[in-house]
Amino acid sequence: MPLNNELVQRYKARFGEAIREAWIDRKQAILVVAPEQLLEIAQFSRDDEKFDMLSDLTAVDWPKREKRFDLVLILYSFAKNERLRLKALLGEGEPVTTVEGVWPTANWLERECYDMFGIVFAGHSNLKRLLLPEEWQGFPLRKDYDILQQDEAWVRENLGIESGQ
Amino acid sequence: MPPSDIRGSNVETTVLGADEIILNMGPQHPSTHGVLRVKLFLDGEKVVKSECVIGYLHRGVEKIAEHRSYQQFAPYVDRMDYVAAVSNGLGYCEAVEKLMGVEAPPRARVIRTILTEMQRIASHLFWLGTHALDIGALTPLFYCLREREEILKIFEKYCGARLTTHAFRIGGLQYEAYDELEKDVERFCQGFDKRVDEYEALLTQNRIWVGRTKGIGIISAADAIAMGVTGPVLRASGVEWDLRKAAPYAAYDQYKFKIPTEKTGDTYDRYLVRMEEMRQSRLICLQAIENIPAGPILGKVGKVLKPPPGEVYHAIEAPKGELGYYIVSDGTTQPYRVRIRPPSLINLEALDQMIRGHLVADVVAIIGTLDIVLGEVDR
Amino acid sequence: MNLSAIVAAVLAWPYLWPLVFVLVIVLVLPLVAGYIVLVERKVMADMQVRLGPMRVGPHGLLQPIADAVKLLLKEDIIPESADKAIFWGAPLVSVTAAMLALAAIPIGPFFQIADLNIGLLYVLGISALGIFGIVFGGWASNSHYSLLGALRSAAQLLSYETSAGLAIVSALLLAGTLSMRGIVQVQDDEGVWLIFAAPIGFFIYLVASIAETNRAPFDMPEAESELVAGYMTEYSGFRWALYFLAEYTNMIVVSAIATTLFLGGWLRPFAGTSLFNFLDFFPPLSLLGVAVYCLYRAPKQPVAVQKMFMVGVSGLCAVVALILAAPLLAPSGSFLAGAKDGLHGGFWFLLKVSTYIYVFMWLRFTFPRYRFDQLMRLGWQFLVPLSIANVMGVAGALVLHRQFGWGRVPSFGLSVIFTLAVAAYLLTVGENPPHTREGKEEEIAGNA
Repeated sequence: MPLNNELVQRYKARFGEAIREAWIDRKQAILVVAPEQLLEIAQFSRDDEKFDMLSDLTAVDWPKREKRFDLVLILYSFAKNERLRLKALLGEGEPVTTVEGVWPTANWLERECYDMFGIVFAGHSNLKRLLLPEEWQGFPLRKDYDILQQDEAWVRENLGIESGQ
Repeated sequence: MPPSDIRGSNVETTVLGADEIILNMGPQHPSTHGVLRVKLFLDGEKVVKSECVIGYLHRGVEKIAEHRSYQQFAPYVDRMDYVAAVSNGLGYCEAVEKLMGVEAPPRARVIRTILTEMQRIASHLFWLGTHALDIGALTPLFYCLREREEILKIFEKYCGARLTTHAFRIGGLQYEAYDELEKDVERFCQGFDKRVDEYEALLTQNRIWVGRTKGIGIISAADAIAMGVTGPVLRASGVEWDLRKAAPYAAYDQYKFKIPTEKTGDTYDRYLVRMEEMRQSRLICLQAIENIPAGPILGKVGKVLKPPPGEVYHAIEAPKGELGYYIVSDGTTQPYRVRIRPPSLINLEALDQMIRGHLVADVVAIIGTLDIVLGEVDR
Repeated sequence: MNLSAIVAAVLAWPYLWPLVFVLVIVLVLPLVAGYIVLVERKVMADMQVRLGPMRVGPHGLLQPIADAVKLLLKEDIIPESADKAIFWGAPLVSVTAAMLALAAIPIGPFFQIADLNIGLLYVLGISALGIFGIVFGGWASNSHYSLLGALRSAAQLLSYETSAGLAIVSALLLAGTLSMRGIVQVQDDEGVWLIFAAPIGFFIYLVASIAETNRAPFDMPEAESELVAGYMTEYSGFRWALYFLAEYTNMIVVSAIATTLFLGGWLRPFAGTSLFNFLDFFPPLSLLGVAVYCLYRAPKQPVAVQKMFMVGVSGLCAVVALILAAPLLAPSGSFLAGAKDGLHGGFWFLLKVSTYIYVFMWLRFTFPRYRFDQLMRLGWQFLVPLSIANVMGVAGALVLHRQFGWGRVPSFGLSVIFTLAVAAYLLTVGENPPHTREGKEEEIAGNA
């Protein structure tokens, strides 16, 4: 359902077209924003709207869309006891500025996003893989990565076995 | 040590100074509570920088979720934070219920609360035993395990499993509470306060314990919020915030309990917060068993779950912190995306900040006080 | 030369009895140390609400034998880059030093290998030589972390030698002699154990002796298996068993010193007072009680071999009780009555040493570990000043008692109060804060 409460209006007043959509789903507010302005919106969210905690930063892969990735930031405000979800639509290979400077917790969360989806965060201090080995090829949480797929070369070289399956 | 010897002024350097050594607390280590690798950059005895290497227990749970139906995925969730499996299940079931727009009946909510609070006590007991063991106190471990045994027996009587319980179902519960559940929980709670007094007698005023934990691993409230740290770690830094009060779920809005908070944010404060949390959980259980409403235990959910398309984020207060489930549904029987926000991972991120300037011998105490479970960190 | 002359010559040989005692100690001590390990495991289990070794032998009583056999049969691994001669010799140095220290310790009025007139000095000196064994072990392992662990252990032992030595000095002031037998004699003559004259000295010695033997809460150098492996890492099998034997022998030596100096050695409680002569019956009666208890438990054992074992233990206790009772029941003046001091003395000494070792174990399972810098701080900034104050207090008390004719209670009471005041000051005002981040911030900021 589309949403147009005071919070949304404040965002739209400040950023105008960068706030592409705003809706409410199952009583939770979602703002879809332009990825180019993500850093400014993040700073505004933290400083002016008091969303001081980044609960989570993740992505969803919609391969059939032109902009396949949904970058999702889940914010929480202690003062207002309110949650907000920011989404940015990213295409394949399209980098987005890191929000590490705004919420330091994004450091590892963005690394995991990169690890699993291949989303590049420009300006990140240490964009290495987090969960998978550094030399792994492939981004497992993408929909075109089969569930039984693995980086055969890495497995053969490092584990000395033909396949982990 | 005279200040001129400390090389800590330029900790961001990536070029190793001549006197800096890298000490590896390898993945196999008795005190890292799982397969965690911590690279410590030392200047003599002091830690200048640290780097965590994780992923040794990565099992691709989020990927698996996309290939299972909603009910089939529920047992996988237990395996993440395997020390507190019941809370994981609670978070997942409630998230899917939110997604579907159903609510569990009151009886189910109360029984869920009782079991989750018992699981919180069990998780904190295990934490206390292992944390004390790391610091050198050999006996509290066995006392804590003795109490935890009682709780696991209750779980076993309820759902047949002690550790990975799969206690809850989407929409409520599958198993009716067994006849003596209330009596068992009451018997446990009656004796438990004295046991916590025993643990406190052994540790809280002990000079050596205080010396090993006070002032160690301090994280300020502002830093904690910026790092996204939640749970007892955040509460010990002074932020009085608990999802059971801020956004009540299950039956928590019916019960009176305090949120223990401390001020300094060091290891000793985290210890105090968790001890008090055990006592408060016991109070919640006692209040809950007095009045378990009668009624059905499973809400109106069909055999086949097809939530309407959309997404939801639902977070609960797990023993380790804010455990969040972000579930995206595309209208089919299998979730499109399940994202689990692991409290242990985000708390672990704060390790680097908490460790700097401390001695090597404190590293183990700080890792222990964060209460991480690698199953949850790596999923 | 007929047989009786030879026998007479042998019996008159002055080195006969020392040799016999040496053989007894060398043969019995490893067994005793092994059983102290078993006792520790059982005590640990008791405090941790569990049972401990139960399988090997009835109630786990053959566990030390099984462990010894296992360690003997293990593969002898020597690291390739280790210094072979020192690697081989290091455990020997530790064990030898520990065992040699037993030479001057009297287990009863007659059971002593060598009654040196500088007995105490000898014991302290020889047991300090055990530190070499640790350092050699760390060096010979040719491992960065073994060496660091060994050096830490050595530093810890040396630091606590100071306060232990000063605590002993306070007892020496009271006794006036270095001979171990002489010190017990003084306690017999004065009718009071030295612990009542210098209680703080006893406390200091208790804490220092725990640190001396690397026991918890001071076992960071060896229990720090998290990061620094400790000097014993590269040792396996029998070499490691030798180190372990050295550690437990050290425990026995240290307990024996404390018993001799502070707890009256082989003296019965209230040795001088004839009012308490009924306590003479405590040794045989207590063992008889143990024998009766074992006999009572024997039918309740599930397995036949355990039943026989309990009966055997009961019989053994009964025999020893009989031996202890014999001097009391024999007519006075006979040879048996004269043996009372020796036999009962041995019993009381062993009882006190066992209690002291039990306190060691009790403390190990109750307290967490000190961090190494906290340990060193405690040794140097608390115990050494306190032990100096203790020596001053005891010396002052002696002056008041002997020269100014004050009574024993007021003069020694005053010294205890003085020492406690110093302790209170050291614990509160004089204490440096532990390693904190605030200090780090300032130093880092100051350097930037």
